[in-house]
Amino acid sequence: MKAGVLTFPGSNCDRDLAQGFRLAGAEVEMVWHKETALPAGLDVIGIPGGFSFGDYLRCGAIAARSPICAAVVEFAKGGGHVIGICNGFQVLCETGLLPGALMRNAGLNFVCRQQELVVESADSPYTSGYTQGARITVPIAHHDGNYSADADLVARLRGEGRVAFSYADNPNGSAGDIAGVLSQNRRVLGMMPHPERAVEAAHGNRDGAALFASLIGVMQAA
Amino acid sequence: MKAKVHVMLKTGVLDPQGEAVRHALGTLGFDGVEGVRQGKVIELDLADGTSEADVTQMCEKLLANTVIERYSIEMVGP
Repeated sequence: MKAGVLTFPGSNCDRDLAQGFRLAGAEVEMVWHKETALPAGLDVIGIPGGFSFGDYLRCGAIAARSPICAAVVEFAKGGGHVIGICNGFQVLCETGLLPGALMRNAGLNFVCRQQELVVESADSPYTSGYTQGARITVPIAHHDGNYSADADLVARLRGEGRVAFSYADNPNGSAGDIAGVLSQNRRVLGMMPHPERAVEAAHGNRDGAALFASLIGVMQAA
Repeated sequence: MKAKVHVMLKTGVLDPQGEAVRHALGTLGFDGVEGVRQGKVIELDLADGTSEADVTQMCEKLLANTVIERYSIEMVGP
């Protein structure tokens, strides 16, 4: 079971994300953004949080057009698993792998706090370790986490069970309180909260550990 | 040849920054402002032979996120 974690200039959660995968039992290979091909034998790709390319133009916009992201899009289109967290979620929306876009928080403030989430769907490799409706606490830290989607898209995502997580109390103005979204085949997940910051006792809570554990479990069973 | 690309949020997409600017204008006593939308202008210096169609492709692929933004292109100069 091997995970690849991308690193862009300005990524700052890449090592935390790698640690999240490792604690769940995965081998991890770091992948630099200028690579044009992914390492062989990857089971999942993680796109970490941070401020890739200084958030220039739009958050995640430049990273989404980097050489490695072309390979990530191919990987996902071929049925590969990809998780993007925070800036990684912004990158996934910019590539078009996930619908919608992330805009400046409604309150304009950078929000950094422990956030209560509701597990809206346990039907994905990332969320099968949770119970639907469970409330978990995962840190958030972002300025541009306001998920923008029109009413039709929100209804469609909800109808298809593609809202993985929602905010118990909306911190950023996201449409439909959406905190995390799945692709149609449920193998691509983008989320603003940081599960990799809630995987060890020293983090204060381990509510994020089940995400990595269920993902690795599903892959090992496959 | 230069091109000016104007990128604006689509109608219906909430603009929290524009709204904050509107509030600040109100604080300064400018009561007549009913709405503010904030966008960006991107200026491109183009080599000879670069067409407006090329700039359109640049907008579609990078300069605008057409999920939430619309753009217009102004070709400037000889």
